[in-house]
Amino acid sequence: MRQSGSVLSVKGVTKRFGGLVAVSNMSFDVAEHEMVGVIGPNGSGKTTMMNMISGAFKPTEGRIALKGRVISDLPAQKIAREGVGRTFQLVRLLPGLSVLENVKAGAVFGHRQRWGREADDIAHDMLERVGLDAMSYAPISSLTYIDQKRVELARTLAGEPEVLLLDEWLAGLNPTELETGVELIHALRDEGRTVVMVEHVMDAIRSLCDRCVVMSSGAKIAEGTPDEVLSDREVIRAYLGDDDA
Amino acid sequence: MKPAGWGELGWAAVLVVLAAFLPLVANGYWLSIGVTAMMYIALSTSWVLFSGPTHYISLATGAFFGVGGYLVGSGMSDYSQSFWLMAAISPIVGAILAALIGFATLRLSGVYFVIFTLGLAEMIRNVVSWVQNNFLGSRGLYVLTDLRDQHIYWMLLVVAAAVYLLGWFVSRSRIGFALRIIGGDETVARHVGINTATAKVILFTSTGFFAALVGAIIAPRWSYIEPNQVFSPQLSFLVVIMALLGGSGRLWGPLVGVIPFTIIWEWVGIQFPNQSILFIGLCFLLIVYFLPQGVVGRLEELRARMRRAS
Repeated sequence: MRQSGSVLSVKGVTKRFGGLVAVSNMSFDVAEHEMVGVIGPNGSGKTTMMNMISGAFKPTEGRIALKGRVISDLPAQKIAREGVGRTFQLVRLLPGLSVLENVKAGAVFGHRQRWGREADDIAHDMLERVGLDAMSYAPISSLTYIDQKRVELARTLAGEPEVLLLDEWLAGLNPTELETGVELIHALRDEGRTVVMVEHVMDAIRSLCDRCVVMSSGAKIAEGTPDEVLSDREVIRAYLGDDDA
Repeated sequence: MKPAGWGELGWAAVLVVLAAFLPLVANGYWLSIGVTAMMYIALSTSWVLFSGPTHYISLATGAFFGVGGYLVGSGMSDYSQSFWLMAAISPIVGAILAALIGFATLRLSGVYFVIFTLGLAEMIRNVVSWVQNNFLGSRGLYVLTDLRDQHIYWMLLVVAAAVYLLGWFVSRSRIGFALRIIGGDETVARHVGINTATAKVILFTSTGFFAALVGAIIAPRWSYIEPNQVFSPQLSFLVVIMALLGGSGRLWGPLVGVIPFTIIWEWVGIQFPNQSILFIGLCFLLIVYFLPQGVVGRLEELRARMRRAS
């Protein structure tokens, strides 16, 4: 599964905000159908990394390529059309639009650019996929937190992305919701989607990810299967400090 | 702005036909109010095309309107061109100006955009006055034509209908949907693949086009034009108030705001000529406090509540 060629490739990427180096010389590859977790303590630059892949930020140095095409010099909307879809750490929905329209937004302007009935059909399919089709015409304000997250995921899926970026999609869910959430991502995995996920929930990482990239203070400190990296001394030190290592 | 349906288009056609008969049944005072109302209907509807879905409050309407009126005045008075030629050139100049402003303000949002458009309108007014006073010799310009109030009214009606038709198509198109997403969250808009800059500039340009066209058409009504008069900042505010009063969530919202407001505004102008600015301020406050979604938004809210109760 890992050798089927890399879909997303990050090479020597650095991001500086003035004097602060948020991400420093990061490199990793994501193969097709692979689920890669980006983990690390708070403030280690994971979300900045995601923001550079999705085009919210431009890397100061280095490049990011999707299927061999460099995307790191493109604006966010072009990257989305190239086939990178993302969710946000704090859910971002469009409150003035219905649930269906929120999802349709992904289908209309995303990777495949659908319109009319076709876009509506995809939106309905994706809502069904995340288990929310019954709420299609409900106002956004009536949704619970996990349902908002589901709508956002459906919107991203409606764009038919080649690579899916999930930025702490499981964060902030209660235990029951977490179970539903993990199941949903498991289903994505079974579909063979290529996913990069930033996550803090370790159980989810163990059961979902093929491989993990561990970041600390902006740099990559380990890479490997979840079990390998989570027993790595360097990783334990980064999370818990020197005494526990 | 929600997508408009065929039924709505049918109602609009009926209203346009009915409105076309006004000059045959009214004259003098009521026809003059009709001209003013039609002017504001065209301006507010075109304002809503851009500002309705995006929530970018533009106070530059007066600048484009002034450019239209001033070009007609200057062309006819200083260069002896025909009214029709100038009326054809004006909207193009207005559109180009709007496109430039659009590109310049892409990075601004919220209150910064509002302030920028207000300051810009003032700057254009002052530059034009300065050029007029220092280089072109005369202070005022004469616009003398055979056009009567009813002709101006009919031309404005055609423009208003054209604006509505454009808006109707836009609201059902991808670009209309894109603008609603931009109005909701621009970061999301970019990340679903919308070229936000292009979408915003196209619609803002259409606003500039129509405002300049309306300014050009209304110019013969005044006969004598001064830069300070056609570039009135008050006009920008009135357009916003009327659009907000009606409701900027629907294409026909401004219509609901313009007609009563124009009639009251005329009455206030006659009864309390010195307090009219105070009246504008008061209206702004009342609308923002009690009708943030406009009359139309309020009615839809009430209807939704009744449906839920039943």
